[in-house]
Amino acid sequence: MAKIVSTVDTTKNAKKTPEKEQPWKELGLKQEEYDRIKVILGRRPTSAELAMYSVMWSEHCSYKSSKIYLRQFGEKVTPEMTKNLMVGMGENAGVVDIGEGWAVTFKVESHNHPSYIEPFQGAATGVGGIVRDILTMGARPIAIMDQLRFGAVSNPDTARVVNGVVSGISFYGNCLGLPNIGGETVFDKVYQGNPLVNALSVGALRHEDLKLAKASNPGDLVILFGARTGADGIGGVSVLASETFDADGPSRRPAVQVGDPFAEKVLIECCLELYAAKVVAGIQDLGGAGLSCATSELASNGQAGMRVQLKEVLLRDESLTPEEILMSESQERMMAIVPKKDLKAFTAIVNKYEVEFSVLGEVIREPRLYINWGKEEIVNVPPRSVAHDGPVYERPVSYPVWQDSLNNNSVKNANLKRSNEASDLAEELVQIISSPNQASKSWITDQYDHYVGGNTALAMPDDSGMVRVSEETGLGVAIATDANGRYCQLDPYNGAKLALAEAYRNVASSGAVPVAVTNCLNFGSPENPEVMWQFKQATAGLADGCLELGIPVTGGNVSFYNQTGDIAIHPTPVVGVLGVIDDVARRIPSGWQDAGNNIYLLGITRDELDGSVWSEVIHDHLGGKPPVVDLAAEKALAELLQGASLQGLLASTHDLSEGGLAQTLVESTLRFGMGARIWLNEITERDRVDLTAALFSESTARVIVSVGREDDVKFVGLCEARGIPVLRIGVTDASGQLEIQDLATWSIEELKATHGATIPEFFG
Amino acid sequence: MPKIIVEVMPKADLLDPAGKAVANALQRKGHAEISNVRIGKRIELHYASTPTDAEVEAAKQIAADFLSNGVIEDVISVTVEN
Repeated sequence: MAKIVSTVDTTKNAKKTPEKEQPWKELGLKQEEYDRIKVILGRRPTSAELAMYSVMWSEHCSYKSSKIYLRQFGEKVTPEMTKNLMVGMGENAGVVDIGEGWAVTFKVESHNHPSYIEPFQGAATGVGGIVRDILTMGARPIAIMDQLRFGAVSNPDTARVVNGVVSGISFYGNCLGLPNIGGETVFDKVYQGNPLVNALSVGALRHEDLKLAKASNPGDLVILFGARTGADGIGGVSVLASETFDADGPSRRPAVQVGDPFAEKVLIECCLELYAAKVVAGIQDLGGAGLSCATSELASNGQAGMRVQLKEVLLRDESLTPEEILMSESQERMMAIVPKKDLKAFTAIVNKYEVEFSVLGEVIREPRLYINWGKEEIVNVPPRSVAHDGPVYERPVSYPVWQDSLNNNSVKNANLKRSNEASDLAEELVQIISSPNQASKSWITDQYDHYVGGNTALAMPDDSGMVRVSEETGLGVAIATDANGRYCQLDPYNGAKLALAEAYRNVASSGAVPVAVTNCLNFGSPENPEVMWQFKQATAGLADGCLELGIPVTGGNVSFYNQTGDIAIHPTPVVGVLGVIDDVARRIPSGWQDAGNNIYLLGITRDELDGSVWSEVIHDHLGGKPPVVDLAAEKALAELLQGASLQGLLASTHDLSEGGLAQTLVESTLRFGMGARIWLNEITERDRVDLTAALFSESTARVIVSVGREDDVKFVGLCEARGIPVLRIGVTDASGQLEIQDLATWSIEELKATHGATIPEFFG
Repeated sequence: MPKIIVEVMPKADLLDPAGKAVANALQRKGHAEISNVRIGKRIELHYASTPTDAEVEAAKQIAADFLSNGVIEDVISVTVEN
């Protein structure tokens, strides 16, 4: 390894050597951004300051390209929407009051790029990072979910990424003892060189336990605790070290991080005990941008300043330079703001958990962040300028040149063959339910612990995941996440609304009342005006949709630069909806359980096959316009499901989405192995559609429910009173078969084998 | 039986959770003289006869491409043992 020969770059030195060449470009800064730093400081930045600004002003940390669009999530709201919102956007995660003195906090974040380089550790640390975000709000993390997008199943590199990511998630989550209650997995060649690994966590807290990431009281101590700081994830700043190393050139610091879930588990319990003892005035996790982020954000949020001695940071590797210490993304670390009088109590608790800590400095009144390396001052900046007042760009947008031809190439215009022959349709159904995206994902989800903790009420393959929050009353929350990249490619505005509509419908289908939204917006490069147009459309669609449904966005995450070469991924705005249920014992199962129940289709089926699974699997086609979104209908449907569920009328509910009615029928029968006889003629007659549309159309605002015979009159009356289109399409039976009249009959065993074989075949 | 021994270690800069756990346990056992522990792996490749130079070269390639994850691990040594 190279020998360290040079000394640190101090603020004094920076004043004396204004003309020194600095590697701002290599750190990703633009000329005008570097110039702006010089204006803010009135001198050139030291190398430590340059490191801080470069990482905090990066797209990932500053949201500089997305900020102007994200504002509308805070603007397109009514007072009614925000009345239960205890903490909104801008904090580590939004917090929602769910009643009985309880609140929940939830958020989804991307870990896409690290997961491509090192799938196992990338996905594992993605889980660790989002769990710490939830912990930072004062909450106990209670569940996780993952939203995954991989390349084509047949590409040999896909197995490397899938196997690594899935084992990384299961390793970290299972070790932490957190149930993984759902998520999604989609394969599409657009994600080949850029998989998406989004991780969601939800936590519960009592109202009075809410914590915020701020340092506002002068004199309070700044304490770093948890794992030691090492050279993890600082590959990018190696360029700064180049001048301080001799001829061997820059050291090759790793670009990835390694997680330790057992250390995180101890950290969770330690933090919760610290909160309970009320010895923490402010808390922040260390994730991206490490200490640079934690110090500047805490100070900026508290409208105060900080004096920090960097030599006090406990290191795993003594050769780290000050710049590297500021940048390190070592996992399982937290920063606490602790009043001096509470240091003794704080020490006693962290010692009990054998968690190491060190006091780095203290909060000061002056809104300035001073960081020393021994006696030398290496950072002297206004914390707001680092954390919150970064550059904001209104990047050029342009309507994609290919958009119109894509939209014109509809299923109809492309003249895709559609058969009315029973044998053809039956064959298409089998092809669809065994296609990689529609096949059972249990090979993946079986690697996760769904039930650890004993509070899981619903998990994969149900429409949404549900966990109990209060063991006394049964109060709980349900979460579903969705995103359809193909719809968004066709129409990003309505594609985002469709994702919202589906997640909303999934939550309502479980018997919960949807109350809040989070998102993780995965897009290509913001420097591409066509991608920026997609982003603008998708954010507008999501904000408008939330306003229509009356549920607020509580926070989220943006991931840009998801592309291979110049080819961007399909826009993939993952939308998560959280619902509240007053007693999880009242949850609605997604599958049929009892014989002799009537099966009803709620909602109208239109001929909507553009962008559908049918068009993809049967014809390898993408074009036209996605299904029409009708959020008023979604809301009416959700309210009906709540009403019916409160009266105990629903034996099961399953939403209709990708793969249409055919997919839903197969999933409903496979969930508990209960057969059924189904007829389609009333759908085709009432809605004037052919059998292809009846089976595979992806029209929205539809679910199927099963209802006991004794409740039929009541249920149908309820639908009619609320104006919800209702049609009896079948009856459950114990025949061990799914029969679709005039089409085909399959044994449940046969369907199970077909639906279950695909994923293990490629990855097992 | 002739063997090629491949030794792989986690990269020096990266956290080694297993090593850290063992180091902490040793500290608790009173072994203050041990300041750190790092845990890697030893892989034996068995050969019917003493590997040729070409086979040793091939083993080095296997060690780099297949037996270790270059993103987080280093191959420390590839040695022939008769």
